[in-house]
Amino acid sequence: MADCAQPVSPRPGIGAAALVVALIFGTLTAVALRAEVGRGFGASDWAAVRFTLTQACLSAVLSVGLAIPVARALARRRFFGRRILITLLGAPFILPVIVAILGLLQVFGRAGWISSGLALLGLEPVQIYGLHGVVLAHVFFNLPLATRLILQGWQEIPAERFRLAAQLGADSRAMWQLLERPMLIRIVPGALAVVFAICLSSFAVALTLGGGPRATTIELAIYQAFRFDFDLGRAALLSALQLVLTGTAALVALRVAVGEGFGTGLDRALRRWDGTRPIARLLDGMWIATAAVFLMLPLGAIVLSGLPGLTGLPASVWAAALNSVLVAALSTVLLLLLALPMATAVALGRGGAIELAGILGLAASPLVIGTGLFIVIYPIADPFALALPVTALVNAVMALPFALRILVPRAQVVVGRYGRLALSLDMRGWPFVWRVLLPRMRPQIGFAAGLAAALSMGDLGVIALFADPEFATLPLQIYRLMGAYRMEAAAAAALVLLALSMAAFWILDRGGRWHAEA
Amino acid sequence: MKYLVIAAGILSTTAAVADVPELTVYTYDSFVSDWGPGPAVEAAFEEVCGCDLKLVGAGDGAALLARIKLEGARSDADVVLGLDTNLTAAAKATGLFAEHSVVADYTLPVAWGDKIFAPYDWGYFSFVQNADATAPTNFKDLAASDTKIVIQDPRSSTPGLGLLMWVKAAYGDEAPAIWADLSDNIVTVTKGWSEAYGLFLEGEADMVLSYTTSPAYHLIAEEDDSKAAALFDEGHYLQVEVAGKLANSDQPELADQFLDFMVSEAFQSIIPTTNWMYPAVTPAAGLPAGFETLVQPGKSLLLTEDEAASVRDAALDEWLTALSQ
Repeated sequence: MADCAQPVSPRPGIGAAALVVALIFGTLTAVALRAEVGRGFGASDWAAVRFTLTQACLSAVLSVGLAIPVARALARRRFFGRRILITLLGAPFILPVIVAILGLLQVFGRAGWISSGLALLGLEPVQIYGLHGVVLAHVFFNLPLATRLILQGWQEIPAERFRLAAQLGADSRAMWQLLERPMLIRIVPGALAVVFAICLSSFAVALTLGGGPRATTIELAIYQAFRFDFDLGRAALLSALQLVLTGTAALVALRVAVGEGFGTGLDRALRRWDGTRPIARLLDGMWIATAAVFLMLPLGAIVLSGLPGLTGLPASVWAAALNSVLVAALSTVLLLLLALPMATAVALGRGGAIELAGILGLAASPLVIGTGLFIVIYPIADPFALALPVTALVNAVMALPFALRILVPRAQVVVGRYGRLALSLDMRGWPFVWRVLLPRMRPQIGFAAGLAAALSMGDLGVIALFADPEFATLPLQIYRLMGAYRMEAAAAAALVLLALSMAAFWILDRGGRWHAEA
Repeated sequence: MKYLVIAAGILSTTAAVADVPELTVYTYDSFVSDWGPGPAVEAAFEEVCGCDLKLVGAGDGAALLARIKLEGARSDADVVLGLDTNLTAAAKATGLFAEHSVVADYTLPVAWGDKIFAPYDWGYFSFVQNADATAPTNFKDLAASDTKIVIQDPRSSTPGLGLLMWVKAAYGDEAPAIWADLSDNIVTVTKGWSEAYGLFLEGEADMVLSYTTSPAYHLIAEEDDSKAAALFDEGHYLQVEVAGKLANSDQPELADQFLDFMVSEAFQSIIPTTNWMYPAVTPAAGLPAGFETLVQPGKSLLLTEDEAASVRDAALDEWLTALSQ
């Protein structure tokens, strides 16, 4: 497609993608260039690669596989508390890892609620540590995200299609074949790739729930190369491997995710006429209830353990909370500045390379990006002075893959539906963006911004290398409290973090869909 | 990037203070935290030095060393505080550190003669458990019992590496067999101390690798005497935490003054109830009430820094092999 046949230019998007690629590969190169010694790959590295791939594949398939019926049920049903449930779906994803692990173990651990319940019945405790524990934790983190991504796919099907299908007497099965299955073929590969990429760079979750060094992932090997051996060459090599694996997965996903959209509708509210039989209602209800219980129990555990310490929280925790809000706000703005042009460029047919650039943010090891940025920045500026912008920027790049998954399908729909109309009205450039594109993408922008803000709030990110003594974020403060034995205060601070992240997510997500029904 | 620099300049809170010399000390993160020794140490030193003491936290001991290696000779740091004897050999190999002039009457369980690094506190690694549980008396006893433990990964955690050295120092070539026997006692391995201690407090394990001084925190800060350290008869491995000054410091006199201050009464009396370790020089008033209840190992184990550096990789391989079965 030539530039002249489009209402907007893809150039800003290409520029943003180039910036992201430069950040990821620039930092990787900076680390590699500092390398003095270098050790090749050994047997233990291949074992780490195998374990990483196994757990990431299993986690991605299970998270997305389970998300499909949950999203379908949520798309078909309207019930009291549905909105809150959908917002809460964002919660597991944004928790600092250490908090989420403790929450999960309070439910599924050896001394957890389930094991205690089993003990009352005279049964053995649940054995959580192992590959299945790693996968369970990753499903806990990613099922909600996958559900939201797929739910959005359902909402992209124009209401007219459902109306037409209903008029033609299509039952659930026909609806599935005509509308839902083609939509899933477009959406699911991208969701799989994102979850796979997240799980690929997992470290603390995999190690703790994996039960020991059997559960060594590539990210842990990078960590070891950096701090145990100080072998930067190896750290860079392993990080490059991680990028290649994610890149391959993303390419496969993009290749598979084909199919046309559903064309234009009148942008009206969705109403469904199918799935009214009692058995369908029962099944949908079951899926929603199971997912809700699975996700809410560990969150409940976190809330319960946080409440007692809440009143005695030191002032420095609140100061750190303010810093975290600042980082989150800046990071959200940066994210939108990167993601919106990129999503538009993808919608204009400049897909492949830009989408690939977007997903690499997840695969890049935060340790390597942080170290690389440090090597680059240190000679020219004071790293402490840059703590805030650097953290915000890295968080934005990490959130980029999610934002693109959210924004791209909608941008494609909008450009496809209104692009030619706008051209015929000679509406180009900024007026098109301002009057057509942005208003139609408002719910997606809100969702992406909410996710970015919440993610950024909960992320420890690269702060460790840039930590200014006077600039602590809330996740850092939680770790410090734990490091000082103050587990109760840490649990309370984690509750504050959870509340803040949820609030940011809620406000931005709601702000985007004030007129929409979901 | 230019805009980021400008934005950072506006948002930065670290405005340079004119005239007053600044001493920059890199340390680990929990030292500078509001609950660590940092704030009190800073106030006490600034009272006597006529300077601005800037404490910078950088992860833990190993991350601290990595940071210094990254910055190299250009580093702004004048003093590095928080390495231990597992790291000092590698730190010296960088050639970035200068000899110190500290003279003190150390109350360490071992003799100290290091010319580059001076100690400021120490502790024994130990398994911590609930006081009412029966404690195993050594690693073999622990391995034979069905006591569940949670430990830290030596690749990502300082105590984790300490445990590796402990087993190696106590058992030498027998270490792989000890690890193999322990493998069914290990509930899980965590990234760092905080995760492990958190899991222990939640009841996921009967014991956690920590320090003999950990029960002192619960006793003194929480008035809770329900935690105890298990005394092992093969001896306990020592962690000695040290500081050194950088050869390229632009404040060498101030750095020396800080190191002297570090072994003085004012600094040493802050350590026990903020860092929860033993001070390197016991203060005149003795240790805080509660420390007398802590277990006293009959034997201290400590590999010299050269031994530690030479057995480290092999010990890690043994550990990985034994626990990956």
